[in-house]
Amino acid sequence: MTTATSNPAGYEQLRPLLARLTGDEKHEPSAYDTLDPIWVLYDRILRVDPGQPDHPDRDRFLVSKGHGPQAYYAVLAAKGFIPEDWLDGLGEADSRLGHHPDRMLVPGVEIGSGSLGHGLGLGVGMALGLRAQGRAQPRVYVLVGDAELDEGSNHEAIHYAGAVGLDALTVLVIDNRSVAHPLPGGVAPLFAAAGWSTTTVPGDDHAALAAAFTGHRPGQPHLVVARARAKGSH
Amino acid sequence: MRTQFIRTTTELLTDDPRVALVLGEISVASFAAAAQAAPGRVFNLGIREQLMIGTAGGLALTGLRPIVHSYAPFIVDRVYEQLKLDLDHQSAGAVVASIGASYDAAEEGRTHQSPGDVALLDTLTDWTVHTPGHPAEVEQLLRAAAGRADRTYLRLSSQRNDLPYLGAGLQQIHRGSAAAPVIVAVGPMLHPVLHAITGLDVTVAYTHTPRPFDAAGLRALVGDPATVVLVEPYLAGTSTRLVSEALAEVPHRLLALGVGDRDLRRYGEPADHARWHGLDPAGLRRSLLTLAS
Repeated sequence: MTTATSNPAGYEQLRPLLARLTGDEKHEPSAYDTLDPIWVLYDRILRVDPGQPDHPDRDRFLVSKGHGPQAYYAVLAAKGFIPEDWLDGLGEADSRLGHHPDRMLVPGVEIGSGSLGHGLGLGVGMALGLRAQGRAQPRVYVLVGDAELDEGSNHEAIHYAGAVGLDALTVLVIDNRSVAHPLPGGVAPLFAAAGWSTTTVPGDDHAALAAAFTGHRPGQPHLVVARARAKGSH
Repeated sequence: MRTQFIRTTTELLTDDPRVALVLGEISVASFAAAAQAAPGRVFNLGIREQLMIGTAGGLALTGLRPIVHSYAPFIVDRVYEQLKLDLDHQSAGAVVASIGASYDAAEEGRTHQSPGDVALLDTLTDWTVHTPGHPAEVEQLLRAAAGRADRTYLRLSSQRNDLPYLGAGLQQIHRGSAAAPVIVAVGPMLHPVLHAITGLDVTVAYTHTPRPFDAAGLRALVGDPATVVLVEPYLAGTSTRLVSEALAEVPHRLLALGVGDRDLRRYGEPADHARWHGLDPAGLRRSLLTLAS
């Protein structure tokens, strides 16, 4: 599952970090649908610096769905944004790491999330704000779940971003087939109809993910669908 | 006041590269000049109110100062959770500027009316609320808000007072005896209040900024025991809790006047709704006379 071009030592380091969060040594890292895409983003794509987590020209990575943030926290620890000992005691009274992340508590976390359907609107605003200030370099990546797309607020953002060609925006949909009423053709045609470029890749193929994350084109927002194992199958 | 809002916002967009404007079709034509002056900072998102607040939060997180504008029911009631999470929870600021108020859009019916907007914002954190009673106040309050980074609600109304009052906090307009009831007239309610008090021994204080509530100012105005009459242009009793907190150490009675919570299912003019809610001079006077009886 890990490709030869990734950083094996770094990736392998995630297992003990996840175990500190979950207290479960048995879980494979692949048990977390978001782990590989988030790892690839931080390992190869995002221009972010744990020494300057608020740099105005950083890329923004927004975890919209907020649920199951263990993989996110583990990667933030592996990449030096938070101390590893923060991973102990998830959700406890004196922990900065909860079951949904809070940007005011965790360095490197761009938004507080948990209620579904908020990250994409915030991401649209960030992309517009960066463009308005002439910051052409940073990109805004927003992770949403496939079922999260049920929330109508996402569709306001999808249609608007496509209509105005918001090309600093990339949406990453983790597709674990958890949606109650799936679209017959999946989510990609929905984004394509709104003017987005789209690509669908296996959610555990690091090389394919990295290629997808850099597959955006001028004048269009970009969708990456990472196909995970169906929810409940692991 | 809407005209003044458009004029001042256009000037701010022209002069301050931090200011951005988020619209949802409402007032778009009026901001054509602004869109030309600041082409990268005026966004008409279409009829997408959830996205309006999300976008404002995102703009603020990149360092801009967003002004968001629509009808009160669409930019407060409809998007309550976006206000709570995309602004409050992100610790992001914005100026939310509404029109329509409680019943300015009387002919449009209940769908375009928001008597509960300030009560909703009272469940959130650290909002400044402005209810200007005159266009000159709009300009002053909006310019100050654009220079801050907080969450500000600017409640524009077609109802207005004769004169602007550009001071801060509770401003004394009329002084009665030491023991006289203190009427707190909020925003455009000052006009009917001043027409309701002829011959009555009352003190009248005015504010265009009910949040933060000027508790110290109220304590300085009241007698002991105190009698307070709140006259608010939104849901009756919205500020009752704050008056109670302000006067926790003072024996007091409180009459809270404002818009009733019933859907009247009637159209007409704003003046009709004012009368039906007892907020016209005659209705206010009837309520004030009950204090003496």
